[in-house]
Amino acid sequence: MFGLSALVLARIQFAFTMSFHILFPAVTIGLASYLAVLELSWLRTKRQVFVDLYHFWLKIFAVMFGMGVVSGIVMAYQIGTNWSYMSEFAGSIMGPVLAYEVLTAFFLEAGFLGVMLFGWNRVGPALHLVATCMVAAGTLISATWILAANSWMQTPRGYAIEGGRMVPTDWLAIVFNPSFPYRLLHMVVAAYLTTALIVGAVGAWQLLHKRDNPAVRKMLSMAMWMVLIVAPIQAVIGDFHGLNTAKHQPAKLAAMEGHWENTPGEAVPLKLFGIPDMEEEKTHFSVEVPHLGSVILTHSWAGQFPGLKEFRKEDRPNSLIVFWSFRTMVGLGLLMIGLGLWSLFMRRGGRLFTSRVFLRAALIMGPAGLVAILAGWITTEVGRQPWVVYGVLRTSDAVSKHGAPALALTLGLFVAAYLVVFGAGTAYVLRMMRKGPQKFELHRALDGGPGEVRTPMRPLSAADVANHDDAGDDAKGG
Amino acid sequence: MGIDTSVIWAIIIYFAVFMYVLLDGFDLGIGMLFPFAKDKRDRDTMMNTVAPVWDGNETWLVLGGEGLLAAFPVAYSIILSGLYLPLIFMLVGLVFRGVAFEFRFKAKEAGRHFWDKAFIGGSVTAAFFQGVSLGAFLDGVKVSGRSYAGGVLDWIAPFPLLAGFGVMIAYTLLGSTWLIMKTEGALHKRMVKVARPFALMLLGAIVVVSIWTPLRDPAVADRWFTFPNILFLAPVPVLVLLFIAILLRSLGRDPHRWPFVAALALVFLGYTGMAISIWPHIVPPAITIWEAASPPASQGFALVGTLFILPVILMYTVWSYWVFRGKVKADAGYH
Repeated sequence: MFGLSALVLARIQFAFTMSFHILFPAVTIGLASYLAVLELSWLRTKRQVFVDLYHFWLKIFAVMFGMGVVSGIVMAYQIGTNWSYMSEFAGSIMGPVLAYEVLTAFFLEAGFLGVMLFGWNRVGPALHLVATCMVAAGTLISATWILAANSWMQTPRGYAIEGGRMVPTDWLAIVFNPSFPYRLLHMVVAAYLTTALIVGAVGAWQLLHKRDNPAVRKMLSMAMWMVLIVAPIQAVIGDFHGLNTAKHQPAKLAAMEGHWENTPGEAVPLKLFGIPDMEEEKTHFSVEVPHLGSVILTHSWAGQFPGLKEFRKEDRPNSLIVFWSFRTMVGLGLLMIGLGLWSLFMRRGGRLFTSRVFLRAALIMGPAGLVAILAGWITTEVGRQPWVVYGVLRTSDAVSKHGAPALALTLGLFVAAYLVVFGAGTAYVLRMMRKGPQKFELHRALDGGPGEVRTPMRPLSAADVANHDDAGDDAKGG
Repeated sequence: MGIDTSVIWAIIIYFAVFMYVLLDGFDLGIGMLFPFAKDKRDRDTMMNTVAPVWDGNETWLVLGGEGLLAAFPVAYSIILSGLYLPLIFMLVGLVFRGVAFEFRFKAKEAGRHFWDKAFIGGSVTAAFFQGVSLGAFLDGVKVSGRSYAGGVLDWIAPFPLLAGFGVMIAYTLLGSTWLIMKTEGALHKRMVKVARPFALMLLGAIVVVSIWTPLRDPAVADRWFTFPNILFLAPVPVLVLLFIAILLRSLGRDPHRWPFVAALALVFLGYTGMAISIWPHIVPPAITIWEAASPPASQGFALVGTLFILPVILMYTVWSYWVFRGKVKADAGYH
């Protein structure tokens, strides 16, 4: 199909479905924790803004969560359908880790999601808070397991190869493999940062369009505090993650830096710009800062790290892609730190809510976290090529033998379906965001659930309670 | 070690897939029943009966898949590549259907119509291709060594296609009887009318499959018709007839819960019948559960957690159904 091999098509398909999928969990991890904080704040202070914000973001959360679930089911099966050799070869290790994700995270989220979305009037406030917290915990537990699995594929430990397949020898070493803590922290913090930027951008948009209300101010303020605190933390985690990559995946790191070879005794410069060329084995047009590469990656003035030429040609990841995806991520990260600091400065004299320049900046930075996550994901995944299990199993050996026509058909199906479904979903989310949080949002119950009142423990308006009196009686007949 | 973890895992996966068939079965059925309810408010009610629980229902499918990968990676690899196209079609169907739960309430009037169709189309596609996958699986998967040896279109054969329709019928019956239990008024009456023909069609499908499978495969015939098996297994067809009778009878007299209970029992019997037929193979007819097993260190590690966590999951699943118990009304979600 268009001259593309089955392997390339399978990789495009995985990259495509994965890129869509990763964005939804990232936002739902952040939003679920945010919702838990809002609900707790409401219970403690009884201030209307918190409950309004809760119900506003709950609607957006519901749509994002639905899209995350359906794209996630695709991922769960794609490992088997498209990478069947890998499933057989590494399944004895990856399988139990993924099974634990289902057992400890997916069911927890699913079990309490219904109550969180539609149970506001059906269970008491404490129980509803428990449901929200369980969903939030589920998203974090899910991230833990899936990143354990991914990290293990990047830095495999605790296994032996017996009878032509990988066999676990030490589960602690498998789960707590060398890159796991860094990768997990980096991803979870990225999720929080991404969500904060989105929440902040929605607040900024409302203020720019003269829809000033306490809820809007509150969300912008909360979001900017989050960015201020978390963006620098993310930079520190990223630095540690980089050192870890230097130690365990040196070829990836060399590709990220467009670093081909060391000159004996000389420090490694940092390339700010350049076009790595895999054929000519050099980086064109490189703009460099002397010593900075050594300082960042070895934390020493003249330290060296391996260049790409030290790896066999067939073991090198594509430097052009990861060089630029990495710089995209880092560049956006620096802008986020800048936005956080700016917001702190703008708080004096309440300009946070009035300065149009600042609000526009916050608005433009709204999608920055999503872009940075994709760029980071590309860096780490393209950077591990040509391996699927690093140093053990090549991607080209892992693929199923379906042949190009079948893969082209399914790729076409996924592209068409995803564009329709997630295009529409994004449009709905944007529409809800544009509408913004309304006062007494809680009286607009979430659409699409059996919203009848069984135990009216929440302070509903009298009209609402009257409407629902008969519902309770009917249930007894059931 | 006296415990055979492969057998325990086979039972867990059997259970997970069974839970999936029961739970997602009725909510997929609701999608296929949408064309029978043209009224917008009726459709909203139908959606609302499952909106809080559908995500949990689908999680069983993921557990079935990941459990298979954990305990029987060889089977996972062969089955998923053998059923490549039907499974991908099913997944695409589930994508459209899953988002319809949220999207149709967020869409404007024109868009809602599209998501209604997506819900119907997605449910039909997912149910049909689940049936096709099941049929192709029972039909026998071509294996050489530890990998799939057939073609990508092997599932286009009479038995898998028939199984596709069989599963659609079973899910529609589950959906209609679920709605009989969860709704009232005109919608309830309509579902009572719909359930009867689907019950009869399901009986027909069960009869066809019960005759076809042993005729096609002598091993299945041996399993069912030799002494002493026949003594233990004879109650299965008797129970099928009994529950069909209960179902049809209860539909005749102001039904509420019984049709759903009977439909569940029928699906359980059909599903268990198939499990009996293929035991102890996990990739029929080539590979047994022991041949496909992952190393004891994998099965054991996953088993410890599963045996502790599964009962907890069942408890809060039951709790969440309990929270949303009772009849669902048309305008319930709106203010």
